[in-house]
Amino acid sequence: MKRFSVISIGAIVAALLLFPTVLFAATADEIMKKSQAAFLYPGKDFKARVMMKLISKGGQERVREMTMLRKNYGEVGGNQKYFIYFFQPADVKDMTFMVYKYPGRDADRWLFVPAINMVRRIAAKDKHSSFVGSDFTYEDVSGRNLEDDTHTLIKEEKIGPKDCFVVKNTPKAGDVDYSYKLSWVDKANFLPLKEEYYDRRGELYRVFSADEVKYVKGFPTVTKRTMKNLQSGHTTEVSYSKTDYNIGIDDSLFSERFLKQPPKKWIE
Amino acid sequence: MNNKLKSVFQMGVFILLSMPLCARASDISLHGFLQGNYSLDTASSSPDGGDFKWAEERVQLKLEVPKEPFRLFLKTDAFYDHIDEKGDLELREGYIDFTANKWDLRIGRQVITWGLGDLLFINDVFPKDYEAFFSGRPLEYLKKGIDGAKVGIYPGFASFELIAIPFFEQNHFPDPKRFWMFDPMPEVTNRGKVKPAVTLKNTEIAFRAYRDIAGFDASVYFYRGFFRQPSMMPDNPMMPTKLTLFFPKLSVYGASLQGRALDGVLSLEAGYYDSREDRSGTNPMIPNSQTRFLIGYQRQIWEDFTVGVQYYGEYMHDYSDYKKNLPPGFPQERKLHELTTVRLTQFLLHQTLRLSFFAFYSPSDGDYMLNPEIKYNFSDHIWAAIGGNIFGGGERWSQFGQLDKNDNVYLQMRYEF
Repeated sequence: MKRFSVISIGAIVAALLLFPTVLFAATADEIMKKSQAAFLYPGKDFKARVMMKLISKGGQERVREMTMLRKNYGEVGGNQKYFIYFFQPADVKDMTFMVYKYPGRDADRWLFVPAINMVRRIAAKDKHSSFVGSDFTYEDVSGRNLEDDTHTLIKEEKIGPKDCFVVKNTPKAGDVDYSYKLSWVDKANFLPLKEEYYDRRGELYRVFSADEVKYVKGFPTVTKRTMKNLQSGHTTEVSYSKTDYNIGIDDSLFSERFLKQPPKKWIE
Repeated sequence: MNNKLKSVFQMGVFILLSMPLCARASDISLHGFLQGNYSLDTASSSPDGGDFKWAEERVQLKLEVPKEPFRLFLKTDAFYDHIDEKGDLELREGYIDFTANKWDLRIGRQVITWGLGDLLFINDVFPKDYEAFFSGRPLEYLKKGIDGAKVGIYPGFASFELIAIPFFEQNHFPDPKRFWMFDPMPEVTNRGKVKPAVTLKNTEIAFRAYRDIAGFDASVYFYRGFFRQPSMMPDNPMMPTKLTLFFPKLSVYGASLQGRALDGVLSLEAGYYDSREDRSGTNPMIPNSQTRFLIGYQRQIWEDFTVGVQYYGEYMHDYSDYKKNLPPGFPQERKLHELTTVRLTQFLLHQTLRLSFFAFYSPSDGDYMLNPEIKYNFSDHIWAAIGGNIFGGGERWSQFGQLDKNDNVYLQMRYEF
């Protein structure tokens, strides 16, 4: 009896202690959901000419230039299809790459190699694969399943003039190279303006920043971004041009036919 | 028409056809590369006494002229070969595309790649250049273009490709001056070759239908044409004085399936090779009908490290008839010829350095081929690769065993623009 009451008191105390966190967690989940919608799912579809600069510690630059097309299927957080056409560098020119993304499991990926006119599925894990050798992983480009992390609102802070929520995202499983990530989410439009990745020893090692935000057809869009690896000194700068939404991309684009012969009107 | 004449003829036709297009097109693109490619013997000198399997400089130009709904594409190489001490031009690809909403057409010299195998071909019945492969040339030179027309039809529920090839092209095998190879009748030096004549009846037909089935990419294939490896017909089976190389009739019926499974990508492919000139299996000079099959699996193990493995088999039908009719002294093939492969690929330094290893090993014949390679992209325009081809095991007539004395190390360097 006595023991029971100790447990009850313990439970009440624990509940009281946890209560604010639970409240915060709910709002943190909401924030990250809105952020995902604003950052990775705006519009029915999307197109941009993407220029990536991979800059080594010594300052050597390599360029990856591509057109990226995306189409949403279903709700925010649902399935998406990506079509990427490479302009540069010369040894990958005319290559195309297609991704069927599913929340909660690894994507299907196909690569077209023009030199031998071959479309091939490729095996890759979203969480551990660098996107074309850059500092972004596939998951950084196409997004991480929200269910895979616990989200905690830890504070509110300004970045420049912009008010932000600061949310701590901790992976539930040790399935990524970082132990947690802090996201500064713009209160006004829910875009992530900065993200910090901490390694397993708790040290900051990767920093994302949204360097330019433009409104395209009413959708706030990060048109310049940087990912910096503090440990290797390597940086990737990305800029979008010709950004557009709701352009009516047909389902048939995401097919072997058009991987082999990408229509000019979509890739230009 | 001989090949060179045909190439020159086709190039002429394309230049003529492309002139009106060029005149109007605004966004013509021109790309290509300069390349040096050298392969040094490491096991023994070549049969002709030289020390190189390959030594050449090469320029490639790729010209693209889009003019919707048409598009012209030309890929032409010019090279100088230091072993034969000669230069030449080679039209690698040259075609015109026409694209409509639900179908398209490609006419001219074009590369076609079907099937799922990694360096193993069942339903990819199109011509290969094995000399290029064994000499350490870049992989794209393993594939040769076909001269024909391809129609694609895309009604939505599935996709279809139909190919007609009026000009037969055989596989290119290593030059006996450069490669040591097994020859079952070395004493007969008088040899001729008969290619299928260019007639309507001899036009090769290839068909593929494909669609998604429950998340898997499924294809069925059909081919009606000829073996691309020649068979030898002696003038007199007892005392041959002359051998005639010819290409027996072949049909292939096949299917393939590829998709995500077991945390990786799983591939299944099979084909029935119907040897139409030797259905009873009694003619020892013509390959028997076979069933070929392959299972492949690839998976990423850690960041930028991928492993691929394959098991492949060729099962000979009418084996007892084959054995009964095989002339004495001829090497006897097995009823089931097996091959396994492994491919390891590790990217480093932001995917600018690639370490790779590919191996064939035949459990049935005991022979192998190993190909380690290092490739580095010095910049966005310049890369170089160094690798080796090592052959051995098995018998002196088996697929890789016969290449035992042809080990080589190679260098590929390319400036791309």
